[in-house]
Amino acid sequence: MSSLNKDTFLRSLLFYFPTLILFLSVLNEIDLNYLNIEYFSFNFVYILIFYWTLKNANYLGYGSIFISGLINDVVIGTPIGISSFCFLLICAVTAYLRNITITPHFINDWISLLFTILLVNSIQALALDLIFSFEVNYMKYFINTGFTFIFYPLFLFIFDSLERKIKIKKND
Amino acid sequence: MASSRDDFVIAIRSAFLKKSYQQKFSLLTLIFLSLIIIVLGSFNLKAIQLFKVGINEVVYRSSFIVSVPENYIKKLNLQFTEHMELFDNYKKNEILLNDLKKKKLSNDFLELENKKLRELINESIQSKDIYAKVLVDRDSPYLKSIILNKGSKDKVKLGMAIVDDIYLVGKVIEVNYTNSRVLLLSDLNSKIPVLLEPKDVHAVVSGTGKNYGVIEYTKDEYDQEADESETIVYTSGYGGLFKPGLPIGKIIKDKNSKKNIVNFFSDFRQLDYVKIVSYVVESKY
Repeated sequence: MSSLNKDTFLRSLLFYFPTLILFLSVLNEIDLNYLNIEYFSFNFVYILIFYWTLKNANYLGYGSIFISGLINDVVIGTPIGISSFCFLLICAVTAYLRNITITPHFINDWISLLFTILLVNSIQALALDLIFSFEVNYMKYFINTGFTFIFYPLFLFIFDSLERKIKIKKND
Repeated sequence: MASSRDDFVIAIRSAFLKKSYQQKFSLLTLIFLSLIIIVLGSFNLKAIQLFKVGINEVVYRSSFIVSVPENYIKKLNLQFTEHMELFDNYKKNEILLNDLKKKKLSNDFLELENKKLRELINESIQSKDIYAKVLVDRDSPYLKSIILNKGSKDKVKLGMAIVDDIYLVGKVIEVNYTNSRVLLLSDLNSKIPVLLEPKDVHAVVSGTGKNYGVIEYTKDEYDQEADESETIVYTSGYGGLFKPGLPIGKIIKDKNSKKNIVNFFSDFRQLDYVKIVSYVVESKY
């Protein structure tokens, strides 16, 4: 009986793992998006949202993504709603990709990620610069986009193995 | 042709409007909701301000709790480094202590003299300190700030100076009920009126978004003068916001840009506890 309970708990934990990681990364003081290292940063949250919503929207609910965006804005000090909007734009692209793709292919997903983050970062940088008069370093955005794109296969490998585990537990 | 356009429209419609069995809201609803929040956020309405304060209260506390393990590791790492450098530091501190002992003697005399002179003109500075713990010090590319665990219930007000030991680190820019946000001196939007000593030159220290500041609004000849001797930057007290004489940093020459920069005395990445300082200059005339 106790092993059954433990198994159910583990299964739920694994299923909600992407949501947990999303909230931890927006709440935590370590911001991979801003590591204070010259010419190096990448957006882990973008990779996380892109991967899990592309796989299956049930892993990461749109509501959780919306709330995590609000939290992110409060913690980093940007106008409330900006991050939510950007995160949801990624979801919109992944939902569209899911609908038009019959057989997913890694290269297609990878190239789509590049276009998605270029679009999202452009919208964010322009909104912050032109509407909210924030001092925006466009070079940093460019570098950030590049590294986010480069690091995607690494996280894809990690998340793929995690997803396999979730599926196995779900089918048990 | 028409069928491929139809497919595109169906895919878009499905992406934005379709809800799976676990989703409570469609993507389009949430995108509109975020746009409404962005637009409403730019208005200074009372209800929105209260909503923001509520969110801030919850998020800052949660962020502090979530960051506990990471801060513990950071602290351990720092302790280990300090331990390894113990002997070198001891030797350096010994030399520094001897220097400071000599300086303290002349400093005591100056303090007494200053007190007497203030009494002579019937002026006194009353300052009140509130001790606060740094809840969150997450770096952001847009804002160099820290969150403190004291807010309006502890009588924290906008514009109050924040001091680490005796060194100025920033000012309060947002006050919630139990916490507040401090804009650090290193932020791009930070501008503090200062006095450069011993040259007695008034200037403004601006943040750069990095871990140093720059001097602005001084005469052209200042740059050459600064090369010759050690210059310390203090608050001038102009504008009545900060207590005059709070040390900020030392002017040094940047090796890369060959320009004079302000090296802050306080390390903003290692702030644990700070003082929120308010002061009043009382004149009996």
